Amino acid sequence: MYQYFYDLTGSVIISTLITAVFPLVNVLLVALIGVYLERKVSAWMQDRVGPNRTGPFGLFQTIADFLKMLQKEDATATDIDKKLYNIAPVLVFAGSFAVYAVIPFSSKLIGSEIEVGLFYALAVSSFVVAGILMAGWSSNNKYSLLGAMRSAAQIVSYEIPTALVVLAMVMFLGTLSLSKISEMQTAYFWNWNILGGAEFGLSKFLLIPFMLVGFIIIFISTLAEVNRTPFDIPEAESELVAGYFTEYCGMKWAMFMLSEYGNMFAVSAIVSILFFGGYQSPFGYLGNTLGINWLIPYEQAFWFILKGWFFIFVQMWLRWTLPRLRVDQLMTVCWKYLIPYAFVNLIIIGIITLL
Amino acid sequence: MNYYDILFYLFAIITLVSAGFVVTTRNVIYSAFFLLFTFFGVAGIYVLLAADFLAVVQIMVYVGGILILLLFGVMLTNKITNVDIRTGTSNLLPASIAIGLLMGALVSAMIYTGWKVQPASEIPDTSIKNLGALLITDYLLIFELLGILLLIALIGAASIARRDKE
Repeated sequence: MYQYFYDLTGSVIISTLITAVFPLVNVLLVALIGVYLERKVSAWMQDRVGPNRTGPFGLFQTIADFLKMLQKEDATATDIDKKLYNIAPVLVFAGSFAVYAVIPFSSKLIGSEIEVGLFYALAVSSFVVAGILMAGWSSNNKYSLLGAMRSAAQIVSYEIPTALVVLAMVMFLGTLSLSKISEMQTAYFWNWNILGGAEFGLSKFLLIPFMLVGFIIIFISTLAEVNRTPFDIPEAESELVAGYFTEYCGMKWAMFMLSEYGNMFAVSAIVSILFFGGYQSPFGYLGNTLGINWLIPYEQAFWFILKGWFFIFVQMWLRWTLPRLRVDQLMTVCWKYLIPYAFVNLIIIGIITLL
Repeated sequence: MNYYDILFYLFAIITLVSAGFVVTTRNVIYSAFFLLFTFFGVAGIYVLLAADFLAVVQIMVYVGGILILLLFGVMLTNKITNVDIRTGTSNLLPASIAIGLLMGALVSAMIYTGWKVQPASEIPDTSIKNLGALLITDYLLIFELLGILLLIALIGAASIARRDKE
């Protein structure tokens, strides 16, 4: 995509900007539709109607909310640390948006095809942790500080099972590049990594159960990393008001919301790239059948975004199904269950790969 | 001046200015957060040197691990328990002599080392393959020893954390 715009405009700066705008639009759309969907999904699960006044089926509810948010007064407490308080939302959003630099939306629509893409995606999320700590500390509020502490502890702990599963997948695939990983799982669903990868043979069938375990581990731990229920103890309303963004309002609060939805899509995208073929279609391409080559990247983008939304839906589904964990239960799940299972899984996948 | 030069100076300025603030600022929390930008700037310079893996490791280990640990320590002691961490200067003369010696050693090492210079077109796209091969061939012993060292540290930390449970 960058190369295409570079050929078109001949300017490095313009083509970089255009390439960067696409994921930004995607994040904004995810937040816009995600907030609406969250309300509707929660309403259906609890046998309510949900938003239905603004526009048909309440579709414009999020836009109305956004307009309201723009007009809000930026009220700040007096005893906060002004500088850090203002930087924190930007840092959190920058950390969650930076992941999009390496996510391949289709074979053509990708910001940067760097070789260490997967590792990069794990690494830049640490800026989010720093931003959360910054927000919690600068607010000068015990709820904010406790929420930030909990959040950082949770994200740092759950990075370990995520990294272990990613390590197993990297051993199996032999690359860290997200676009190469997607490319390897060619266009039919039985070639996806969850079903043992593209190579047909005995190892493919041996791998299936362990891939499933790996998928479950990485899904749970990424769910914890984006602070969603059942792992939302950093912003547990009944204990901590709203956690690390208690003192924020208006557009600064909106930045936190935006980065939360951006994160949700990003982790869904990474899970779908690792296990569900990334941008590959499950049933082959219409463009191949009809002989229209330019259609294929658009189809790929469609499938990729569909898979991302599917996992976002699963996250919402879990949110309204499961109760919140306690702090000690949270740490038990991570250190006593997920990490040992992930280690065993890592060794078994390694042995099968060697076979 | 091409784009890479501009980017290099940008990252260099970020690194130097934030490092200066880390040392001079009175507030420990500010120091810790300025360290974040220092690490970020160094990672950017690694990228410009075509050391992609090292750059990501820099962010993963220093920002994601060490800095967060540092922040935890400072926040838990400074804010919750209301202990003032002293941030004044003491032992000015010995410190400046030691730092001067260290800096002299570093600068002379920088000047007199025969750095390997390669044109940008000959540098491979990624450094992971070469790094991985080196780690399990030439530097295997050091690699394993470091692994054992980390394991010992881990066991030690766990045993210290458990001690008071008699």
